[in-house]
Amino acid sequence: MIKFILLFSLSIPSLLLAVDSLSGEVKQQPLNISAIVMFLIFVGATLGITYWAAKRTKTAKDFYTAGGAITGFQNGLAIAGDYMSAASFLGISGLVYLKGYDGLIYSIGFLVGWPIILFLIAEQLRNLGRYSFADVASYRLKQVPIRILAASGSIATVILYLIAQMVGSGKLIQLLFGLQYEIAVILVGVLMILYVTFGGMLATTWVQIIKAFLLLSGATFMALAVIEHFNFNFNTLFKAATEIKGIEIMSPGGLVSDPISAISLAIALMFGTAGLPHILMRFFTVNDAKEARKSVFYATGFIGYFYILTFIIGFGAIVLVYKNPIYIDGVKQALNGSYPILGGNNMAAIHLSHAVGGNLFLGFISAVAFATILAVVSGLTLAGASAISHDLYSSVFKDGNADSKTEMKISKIATIILGLIAIMMGIAFEKQNIAFVVGLAFAIAASANFPVLFLSMYWKKLTTKGAVIGGSIGLATAVLLVILGPIVWVQIFDNNEAIFPYKYPALFSVSMAFISIWFFSITDKSDNAKKEIKAYESQYLRSQTGIGIDGVLKH
Amino acid sequence: MKEVDSKIVKNDPNFKELIEKRTKFAWKLTISILVIYFAFILTIAFKPSLLAIPINSSSVTTIGIPIGIFIIVFSFIITGIYVRRSNGEFDTLTTKIKQNLESRE
Repeated sequence: MIKFILLFSLSIPSLLLAVDSLSGEVKQQPLNISAIVMFLIFVGATLGITYWAAKRTKTAKDFYTAGGAITGFQNGLAIAGDYMSAASFLGISGLVYLKGYDGLIYSIGFLVGWPIILFLIAEQLRNLGRYSFADVASYRLKQVPIRILAASGSIATVILYLIAQMVGSGKLIQLLFGLQYEIAVILVGVLMILYVTFGGMLATTWVQIIKAFLLLSGATFMALAVIEHFNFNFNTLFKAATEIKGIEIMSPGGLVSDPISAISLAIALMFGTAGLPHILMRFFTVNDAKEARKSVFYATGFIGYFYILTFIIGFGAIVLVYKNPIYIDGVKQALNGSYPILGGNNMAAIHLSHAVGGNLFLGFISAVAFATILAVVSGLTLAGASAISHDLYSSVFKDGNADSKTEMKISKIATIILGLIAIMMGIAFEKQNIAFVVGLAFAIAASANFPVLFLSMYWKKLTTKGAVIGGSIGLATAVLLVILGPIVWVQIFDNNEAIFPYKYPALFSVSMAFISIWFFSITDKSDNAKKEIKAYESQYLRSQTGIGIDGVLKH
Repeated sequence: MKEVDSKIVKNDPNFKELIEKRTKFAWKLTISILVIYFAFILTIAFKPSLLAIPINSSSVTTIGIPIGIFIIVFSFIITGIYVRRSNGEFDTLTTKIKQNLESRE
């Protein structure tokens, strides 16, 4: 037993990463017809939506923000959809399946950032920005350097996240649908380009809403089937699971052991979420601060509910999948004698869907998993494209004077380029160890995007110099510490010992960012700095009241 | 915002009330979630056995499970509390500030 856990904990390179990326070898499976039919229905419906959305997407505002006409409830579902990626569904239920309680620790970390986003950021973001969070950061600071910094942070986060999603999707589809890896990656890339270039944010949002609804329904059904199996008694379920895996699954295992790692992980999850460009962008799709707040309320509810479901699903899989001969990978079992399941631990939820609902339900969950990947990569690509067209092209190259038509054209070109990059990276990274990329994306979001955004809203004395130097130091520290850390330095570069001992750099890189932003701001005595400090008041009044945004004051 | 507008808004007693109340409220809620979450994480880092205590002698369910679920539910509830007060009381104040500004222009 202990040997089994040890063996598998080694195969989890890092918690965050294992949770949000699918890695490792997968074998191609035979064609799964019911999954393919259901997936085709989904694709047909979403392409229909894209056609409908394309007719309503005429201006840059429509393209980036769906015309600002999404309601709080819809946006809450879409945000939850962005957050409930296929990898987080399969990864968290897989982690619960593997380690029980530790999976819950993870979910909680992913969730607690949301209330903080609501209390400190959501409303201010809506009141100050139009299309991207760089609008907010550059509100009173110098456009060009701040936009370049924010766009770099956004694009880096988006591309890293895309790599993880594409590689995960290729493997998942190979496993579930029996398609070849390259075909799967190209299919995802092409569909995503179609949704985003033609349907813009409106199509992207509705694809995300439909998928969130399907995923929540499927997960609810699985969780209900599991507790029904135990006559709605959780203690009976837990008892059955502990009889199989031992009592240690009911309490914290060694996943978060030393205090530095624990705090660092907590900071990465909390502040990282508040710095993810595709999530921040969603706050501009609602009409006003009131709807922005409601979005977070609903999103927190859906995400929290989803995590409770994945916890039940993970335990259900321990009882119904683990040691069940039809799900065991015979080849691996012959090698190490334990009970490895087909496709690895992240497939626990997929096998469970078969165990509780047969082939048809397996097909449904597989199709939902595929839909989930499509929806998440579309949102990511749109956020990346807006950083390129709105922040770089329009604000940096055209000095803010680009007309809406050209800006939209640029963002469509950017979408296609990002889509192609995603396909190429997906294929290039097939056999690579990508466990570090999502962790790196969160680290960059927490150390570069978040500090600059947060201080631009709340700290009067922030200057351009402070934000640019400090934000860049945060970004560089995050990247450097990930490279020198145990995952890249030891597992990828094959060194014996990591130069930086912790898997999560956030505690250090976020502190570095805040300290250097502070230092380079207070030592900035230029005239420009004085102007920026003076402009804070007007920004503050607007961020608190919303006075001054389009359509709020009618004269 | 125009300078003259800024002055009107800044000196509006409703604005002062809004900022004072909302800032305090937002930070209070922020600190409450941070305290609860870090208490949880530090318990896991320093004394995980505390969370391994069964809820009663005949059960395998540990207190860690209801505590974990509580943090999830608590996160949802405090966002609800914040949204309720913001969309009611605070938005009423914001509307007053806007009306005051429009009437002065």
